[in-house]
Amino acid sequence: MKEKFVLEYSEQVVNEPIIYTLVKRFDVMVNILRAEISPGREGSMLVEIESDPERLAAAEAYLAERSVRLIPIAQSLGFRQDDCINCGACTAVCFSGCLTIGAPDWTLQVDRSKCIACGLCVPACPLGLFTLRFGA
Amino acid sequence: MAKTYEEINEKIARGDAVVLTAEEVARMAEELSPAEIAARVDVVTTATFGAMCSSGCFINFGHPEPGLRMESITLNGVPVFGGIAAVDAYIGATEVDPNNPRYGGGHLIEALVRGETLVLEARGKGTDCYPRRYARAEINKDSVNEIIMVNPRNAYQNYPAATNSSGKTLYTYMGTLLPRFGNITYSTSGELSPLLNDPELRTIGIGTRVFLAGAQGFVSWNGTQFNTEKPANEFGLPLSNARTLMLTANLKQMDPAYLKAAYFERYGVSLFVGLGIPIPVLDEDIARRVSISNRQIETTVCDYAEKGHPGIARVTYAALRAGWVELDGRKVRTAPLSSLAKAREIAEVLKAQVRAGAFPLAAPVQPLPTHATVRGLSLAGDAS
Repeated sequence: MKEKFVLEYSEQVVNEPIIYTLVKRFDVMVNILRAEISPGREGSMLVEIESDPERLAAAEAYLAERSVRLIPIAQSLGFRQDDCINCGACTAVCFSGCLTIGAPDWTLQVDRSKCIACGLCVPACPLGLFTLRFGA
Repeated sequence: MAKTYEEINEKIARGDAVVLTAEEVARMAEELSPAEIAARVDVVTTATFGAMCSSGCFINFGHPEPGLRMESITLNGVPVFGGIAAVDAYIGATEVDPNNPRYGGGHLIEALVRGETLVLEARGKGTDCYPRRYARAEINKDSVNEIIMVNPRNAYQNYPAATNSSGKTLYTYMGTLLPRFGNITYSTSGELSPLLNDPELRTIGIGTRVFLAGAQGFVSWNGTQFNTEKPANEFGLPLSNARTLMLTANLKQMDPAYLKAAYFERYGVSLFVGLGIPIPVLDEDIARRVSISNRQIETTVCDYAEKGHPGIARVTYAALRAGWVELDGRKVRTAPLSSLAKAREIAEVLKAQVRAGAFPLAAPVQPLPTHATVRGLSLAGDAS
């Protein structure tokens, strides 16, 4: 199975080869899509992990031990759907296919599995309904 | 076969009037001729739900004792215009709190409709008849005398779509425009849009009853920047922003479902306004007008990176609604900014109200101008 996660690094571990260990020790396939990591600061990394539930659980335990939080992308993107007026402004900037609007009913469709945490929807929503946990 | 307003109202009273939304009648027109539609349909409802900056409301706070001539006024920190009589003010939708530019008049108006409490602070110089110099109070829609929405420019007939040829992202009232023609945004409800269904305003004029954010309001005048001289296509539909309406209604009767404050990044605060207008199908000409579909309505794509936002292409709403259009040989994504889902909801609510006889139709008291153009502003010191 293939899933997207945000890895949240604390400032203590940004110098450690976390991804190397993840691949080497737990045999999970990691594809880094986006990273904001600098020495001495908290950081975030968007990754796609391909593995099975068992290996993923082991990897997650290791990450927890190193104070790296593994957050499924669906939890990283916050959206107050109840307040959405279905204007479509966010779809103008979402290129990953996460946010779409169209026929027949022209209501906003949110497919969080497609989110790439680019963050463009956050300022694009005129009602300020999106939040994104990524970066410092 | 022509019908009068009285005949249509009588049919409504008898319960046998045929009322459809403009989308429904556009589908019907794929099979039926305008003559057949004129014979079968009595009223067509139109609607839109878009950001309309030129909106606001007059509010009368009531007099404190002793009195205050409110000259400098804020509500929740947002300045409101006090340059009228002692306790009258105008809340402009785009005015913002200088300490929090993401919060402004649109939010105040939405909060008032919701019944929320706002903090009023007012100052005056103190006069013989109004000796007080400062007042602070908590107000809501039930504590004040009147809150009358008066929107100087709503319901733009066919707003142009927007794009960006430059190398950097533009943050505009047309949303986020991505560099190098990264997207196109548009903001009308197309075939459901009020002024596109009666392009020469035969049935919409001063005194026309409208659905304004859930309340029954009226067209009080032509809107500002009212323009009858924009080029039109072969269906008589203007190719860019043309006519506008000034609208008035009692804010105390509005429904928060049809009014929403908005903040456009690096632009400012605005207000989404829900508007619906029923159009009586008086004759074959009006039947033909309300039958227009997104394939027939065209708008201009304007480049917001260039001075004066010049038009660079002409597209149909059918193309815009398809999700992408071709611009200079490349596919460009399109996105709406006004809510078609909300507009449809309003058209349906209005349809039910018209059918129930709760929304009587009448001829305008006076038509809006048949010839009007828009001037620019020549600046002081300009040689020409």
